[in-house]
Amino acid sequence: MLDSAISIFAAGRNMARLMEGLWITLRISMISVSLSVLIGVPLGLLMASKYKSLRKALRVYLEFIRIMPILVLLFLFYYSLSSVFGINLPATMVSVLVFTLWGTAEMADLVRGAVTSLPRHQWESGRAIGLRETQLNAFVIVPQAVRRLLPGVINLTTRMIKTTPFVFFINIPDLVKVAQQIVEVAGMRNHLASVWVYGFIFFVFFLICYPISLFSRHLENVWQN
Amino acid sequence: MRIAKTFLALAALSLAAAWLLGPKPVMADGELDKIKQNGVLRVAVFSDKPPFGFVDENGDNKGYDVYLARRLAEDLLGDQTKVEFVLVEAASRMEILEADKADVVLANFTVTAERAERVDFARPYMKVALGVSSPQGAPITSVDQLAGKRLIVNKGTTADSYFTKNHPEVELIKYDQNTEAFNALRDGRGVGLAHDNTLLFAWVRENPGFVTGIEFLGDLDTIAPAVKKGNAELLGWLNEEIDKLTEESFFKADYEATLLPVYGESVDPLSVIITKE
Repeated sequence: MLDSAISIFAAGRNMARLMEGLWITLRISMISVSLSVLIGVPLGLLMASKYKSLRKALRVYLEFIRIMPILVLLFLFYYSLSSVFGINLPATMVSVLVFTLWGTAEMADLVRGAVTSLPRHQWESGRAIGLRETQLNAFVIVPQAVRRLLPGVINLTTRMIKTTPFVFFINIPDLVKVAQQIVEVAGMRNHLASVWVYGFIFFVFFLICYPISLFSRHLENVWQN
Repeated sequence: MRIAKTFLALAALSLAAAWLLGPKPVMADGELDKIKQNGVLRVAVFSDKPPFGFVDENGDNKGYDVYLARRLAEDLLGDQTKVEFVLVEAASRMEILEADKADVVLANFTVTAERAERVDFARPYMKVALGVSSPQGAPITSVDQLAGKRLIVNKGTTADSYFTKNHPEVELIKYDQNTEAFNALRDGRGVGLAHDNTLLFAWVRENPGFVTGIEFLGDLDTIAPAVKKGNAELLGWLNEEIDKLTEESFFKADYEATLLPVYGESVDPLSVIITKE
């Protein structure tokens, strides 16, 4: 039983290939998550601002991204952009772009929710002591919003990591695709191949996502005191 | 308000800039020169469909299609390593050419009239028909047995379109990946699995307990390299090349190197490869 697992992972460079695939998955999701936070926070503040037409424009962007399945966006940017406009972007760039577009929209909405959920008097008190808009945001609103934001951001991060395997549809050999290649070759003879390899992937994703939730729980505890 | 307008104007501007500055679609003329200039032939192959295109445990591309791809690179660029493998999924074999992500598709690509409207096929290098595999205990030996039953197919394959068009009475369950489709057959999610017979021969041999009850179904189709529509120069070169390779029995050598170890002696090579008359 165990022999069949060992024979798969020990064969040739299989383990190294899985790790290379994992690195591709992680790199794309880490860059996208970071960019989403960097761009999403200011956009979220704008969504909670008093500029009505700006709010509407961002709303349209958010809804558009939410309605579009990620896969459609990937195809749109990888294939259609090239065949229609001749803009031939490399697959990795497309995946970072699409995941950032998605992450930014979700992130901005989280920020908007966190900011608007703060009681009105926080603004009023801030203005009353003579803070300017930027100071008000920097010292009163953002620090409080960040704490309310955290669960949502962690959730978004793990969701983005788990969605990254979609990139194999635009021909990037990520962890899941490499696993599939291994299963297809080993699976011809070894019936348990898919169980072992996909089980391994489950384990890897758990190992990555679980510490992230632990970290967020830890932060929540720290901030509560 | 002002910020909103600036923001929108900026967005519109950057879109326009991207469109203006981005590279324009390349015209088909001089396609061979372009490949020679790049110094590498970009070939779209499968990465998980043994024995045609797969990645072995050392991470190397292998298979019948890959064997041919390396030979094309050798004859065009003088070096069989001057080939870049773009790993493609069955459903995006046409898009990959239209979007100029690869020069040639060598991915077990069956020639059909519908596909020929979107891509240009060169001369064939393989023959294929549909087959249906099923468990040995409940073998499917004719299409009549399938009425009202669930049949497993891969999305976007010839099996998919054949049954959709000719046998609407068969309920199809569709999968994106071969792995999923074959696992579904093992799990009994359908009474049988329809796919190219060339793939089924290989799979059944490695999976005792399953038989290919229907070996030849539908039209005898051919498998050929495909290039972007209108890419006449590359197409012309491929046609000459395939003729030359057929003449020198290259495909027999390809068969013996990649397919024979998987099919065994039970399959007649002449039912799969193209030989000179």
